[in-house]
Amino acid sequence: MSALAVRDEPAATVDLGRSKVRLGDLASVASSAMGSRRMRTLLSALGVTIGIASMVAVLGLSESSRADLQTQIGKLGTNLLTIQAGSGFGAGDATLPVDVTTAIARIGPIENVTGVVTLSDPVLRNSEVNADATGGVQAVAADLNLLATLNSSVAKGVWLNAATSDYPAVVLGATAAERLGVTTAGDGQQILIGGKRFTVVGILNPFPLAADLDRSAIIGTKAAADYLGATLAPSTVYVTTVPAFVQDVRTVLAATANPEHPEEVEVTRPSDALEAQSAANNAFTSLFLGLGAVALLVGGVGIANVMIMGVVERRAEIGLRRALGATRGHIRDQFLMESLMLAGLGGVAGVALGALATFIYATTQGWQTVIPAIAIVGGLGGALVIGAIAGLYPAMRAAALSPTEALRS
Amino acid sequence: MTAVLELTDVVKSYAGHPPVYALDGVSLTVNEGELVGIVGPSGSGKSTLLHIIGTLDRPSSGVVTIGGHVVSTMSDRRLSAARSSLIGFVFQQFHLIPSMTALDNVATGLLYTGVDLTERRFRAFEALQRVGLSHRLTHLPSELSGGERQRVAIARALVNKPAIILADEPTGNLDTRTGEQIMGLFHDLNAQGATILVITHDRDLAEGLPRQVHIRDGRLESDSAAVVAA
Repeated sequence: MSALAVRDEPAATVDLGRSKVRLGDLASVASSAMGSRRMRTLLSALGVTIGIASMVAVLGLSESSRADLQTQIGKLGTNLLTIQAGSGFGAGDATLPVDVTTAIARIGPIENVTGVVTLSDPVLRNSEVNADATGGVQAVAADLNLLATLNSSVAKGVWLNAATSDYPAVVLGATAAERLGVTTAGDGQQILIGGKRFTVVGILNPFPLAADLDRSAIIGTKAAADYLGATLAPSTVYVTTVPAFVQDVRTVLAATANPEHPEEVEVTRPSDALEAQSAANNAFTSLFLGLGAVALLVGGVGIANVMIMGVVERRAEIGLRRALGATRGHIRDQFLMESLMLAGLGGVAGVALGALATFIYATTQGWQTVIPAIAIVGGLGGALVIGAIAGLYPAMRAAALSPTEALRS
Repeated sequence: MTAVLELTDVVKSYAGHPPVYALDGVSLTVNEGELVGIVGPSGSGKSTLLHIIGTLDRPSSGVVTIGGHVVSTMSDRRLSAARSSLIGFVFQQFHLIPSMTALDNVATGLLYTGVDLTERRFRAFEALQRVGLSHRLTHLPSELSGGERQRVAIARALVNKPAIILADEPTGNLDTRTGEQIMGLFHDLNAQGATILVITHDRDLAEGLPRQVHIRDGRLESDSAAVVAA
């Protein structure tokens, strides 16, 4: 009765509208609540920070190291192929035919071809040392275009030339020089190869893709034949092809190198090893990423914990806000916002920390720092998702609290 | 005179054997500009009555009308809107937010009305002026005396220009002298036109109010207005 009567009164037609609160106000309410409990805020955000930081760092480091490997591969070229006398059945210490480089050079899309002949003559510092103490240094005879083909360079002295390759002159690989104790080149320093004196004219930088050569004392082919009586059948041939035809060349190389026994020829592509290394790094990346995710999850549990505590402690505030006109939704949004801001804070700090860690480690490794966009976006997004999940239950609980119950304290 | 508050046969019962009646058929009308004391011992149902008038709780049966709006059947969302614009609460424990200044605590009274911050603060400043605290705007609750805290809470109740102010034991946490000052403030505000309902167990305090409604065991025992009318 009275309801009907009231509805007829003009005053009653004034619409009460809806309770509404601005998003910015909600954010400032949430941030002021966080500000008044600084220690707790920092500690609960720390869990998320650690999780996100480790994930960003893992992604950043793996991307930086991959980028570094790719640069290396790019520098060396993926167009280098190696042909070796394989260990075919009953092949023993097989060698390739003497004219193998000439045969290979006839394949169309070849840029460079160079042969390396392994010599059995021992390499010694001088006549005083034990003849067996070669330290794993081997003598090889190489063509003059070896350095150009393998993209390597001289560290000290000079590389062999048309003249010195005919005479007892030697260029040492980086490891060989170290093991022989030779630190200078071009000042008349001599070593013994097969009992003959050879003058050191140069020391090389390490070969990126042919570690064998680092342990070698390299002499000219004519000198090998003249002074050591070597047979010039290469054990290894390095080929660089026109990049687009690497696979085509690869398929015909074995047959070209040794038409009679192509099965005894082993053709490899050294850049494959780096690619494999890059893939192996990926496996570790997934593992560490998983660990980071666990840390993030623990961080989320921490936030949920702090939020539930907050709801219990702030019952009176919840009751007051309901009395001031907040709807259940407003209460829920306030706590959800707080949880999101906590996790977001942790996420931002985590991304920054992860990026910093990546930068520091990459710099010490001499890598370029690469932080993939997915790490930044994923890190922040992940933190917010965790915040939303962690905050949902406490927020629902706060919203479900009846105002009279909340005000009773 | 317009009725600001109308209760018609309000019952609040809780299931049980036998059911418990916190309010057992309460009818009450409060007109605009009244200052009413609702007095009763603890367990008399006055808290339940406060909750129902304050729309924090719904009656089991009966009709509640505030400022011309029937609130007893509203949804939770609409009730929230009604609270944000029709009712101002003053609590015994003040319920100020410790991390906020006096000005922002008062401005929180307008938070859920969708008014922007500048406007909220301006109106909060006006409300603090009305309670005589314009010199304490930037103080935190912890820096205020008990009486000052209750004044801030009263300013917060005033700030949305409600149809009715509900004060629940407003002097319960204050010493006698400060309590008297707060009651004096209620008288002043009432003189300026505010409709105020003070809920208390303190008969002496209620004596000083123009109209007293006594409640016991969920029923109205006496109403001084009715006596005058009779």
